[in-house]
Amino acid sequence: MKPATAGILGVAAAALAMEGVVRAGWVSPLVVAPPSALPEAFRRMWDEGFILHPALITLAQAFAATGAAAAIGIPWGYVLWRRPVLGEAYTPWIGAAFAAPTVLLFPLFLVLFGRGYATTIFVGFIAAAIPIVLKTREAFVAVPKVLLDVGRSFNLGEGGLVRRVAFPAAVPGIFTGLRLGLIYALVNIIGMEFLIDFGGLGRIASEMYFRFEIPGMYVAILLIVLVSWIFLAALTRLETWLRPR
Amino acid sequence: MLVVDNVTKRFATADGGVTALENLSLEVSKGRFVAVIGPSGCGKSTLFNIIGGLVEGYEGRVLIDGQPVDGVHRDVGMVFQEESTFPWLTTLENVAFPLDVAGVPKAERLERARALLRLVGLEGFESRYPAELSGGMRQRTAIARTLAFQPKLLLMDEPFGALDEQTRLLLGDQVLRIHRELQQTTLLITHSITEAVQLADEVVVMTYRPGCLKRLVRVDLPRPRDSAIVSSPEFGRLVAEVWSDLRAEASRGMQDIESHRKEEIS
Ligand SMILES: Nc1ncnc2c1ncn2[C@@H]1O[C@H](COP(=O)(O)OP(=O)(O)O)[C@@H](O)[C@H]1O
Ligand SMILES: [Mg+2]
Repeated sequence: MKPATAGILGVAAAALAMEGVVRAGWVSPLVVAPPSALPEAFRRMWDEGFILHPALITLAQAFAATGAAAAIGIPWGYVLWRRPVLGEAYTPWIGAAFAAPTVLLFPLFLVLFGRGYATTIFVGFIAAAIPIVLKTREAFVAVPKVLLDVGRSFNLGEGGLVRRVAFPAAVPGIFTGLRLGLIYALVNIIGMEFLIDFGGLGRIASEMYFRFEIPGMYVAILLIVLVSWIFLAALTRLETWLRPR
Repeated sequence: MLVVDNVTKRFATADGGVTALENLSLEVSKGRFVAVIGPSGCGKSTLFNIIGGLVEGYEGRVLIDGQPVDGVHRDVGMVFQEESTFPWLTTLENVAFPLDVAGVPKAERLERARALLRLVGLEGFESRYPAELSGGMRQRTAIARTLAFQPKLLLMDEPFGALDEQTRLLLGDQVLRIHRELQQTTLLITHSITEAVQLADEVVVMTYRPGCLKRLVRVDLPRPRDSAIVSSPEFGRLVAEVWSDLRAEASRGMQDIESHRKEEIS
């Protein structure tokens, strides 16, 4: 069996089990929506414009937040590697910040940026930047010394050494950071949208929640899963293009 | 061609410091193949890095064609002990790498890289990545890559150290063939007596820490050679001769390491 087939079968089995549990009356359909209710909910939400547009809004925000986090986080991680003193001084702090639930600072961000995209994107940016910085530094630290020595033995200067040896060697690790960053950005952006009832899929989930439309909430959550899947797949493409192995 | 003159190197460590090399001198003349042999930890890699210009802060001098070496030298090509092929480049791109760095136009560098892959017996593997090759093939890729740099002196640090004896003998044949074709001046560092005697014109035996020259054994086996030579009586005599010198050093090294273990345990 192919992995993709196995994956789909697994999800189908889980959906079937949920359906069975609700139909059997063990759980109220008001608490757990039966999967068979989802297509209908999806159609209704599509007609109300609750699907495509919010998904695109959330995707765009996650893209902007991760992009900004990469633009700042990758050079920052690089500096923490090149200047080991800085690396040793700041890595523990950044690691600690990683564990902090930054979303809970949302009142502060609301005051600073208002109830708008600036707030949601900023929260996503912070959440994404931390793993990107940490993983970038880790990736550079893990570059085998012998590869740098090979470059030196071919008379590569410092700049060439970074560009032609250290960076390509670090690409897989950097992409681990980007993947983590993207997931954190998405989760935090959607959480923020939910909290302040603004923006894309998080707002829809919030709206469905207030309307007590449980199937609608599930549709929104499934959409979120789909959006992150699209993004991760795109990232994998980019990685194989940058570094085929 | 290469002169190592009275080189001493100390490393500062937590418990005082180690003298890795002490008053070591040796010479390699043009076109010759010299092997350096010594027990593990005797300073072979340190010597390799000093000649290659990657380690500084030593006493004594290293000269290439009469010029003192200061930092990385254009005329020295290094093949490292560790896995050193670039995993993100194909075999062909790996070999072309130093040419790319030197600014050789693409068509020319790929053509030269192809010829070198043929020389090391890797024809047909041009577009494979290192992860798809065996350890011996990766090391040959590394050798071809260093040869592409066209060094006057080829320096190799236990290039086949991680491979099994049979593979090593066969790769030795390839090294002999390359040496015959290119007349490449070579300094090979090894811990294998058979490898040293199979390949070299001269074997430099080093003492265990501090590493200095114990003896120089001339290998006057006729060239061209191949691995069949290991069965000749002359080969056996030379191996025995090198071992008689090396044995005391190797056992000293072993005792040293074991006593360190004891200290660590107690
Ligand atoms: N950078 C270093 N710092 C401290 N000690 C070192 C360093 N490099 C090598 N040594 C020590 O020098 C000795 C010789 O090492 P090395 O040249 O690697 O030996 P070999 O290659 O013959 O096994 C060893 O005892 C090793 O611990
Ligand atoms: Mg060594």
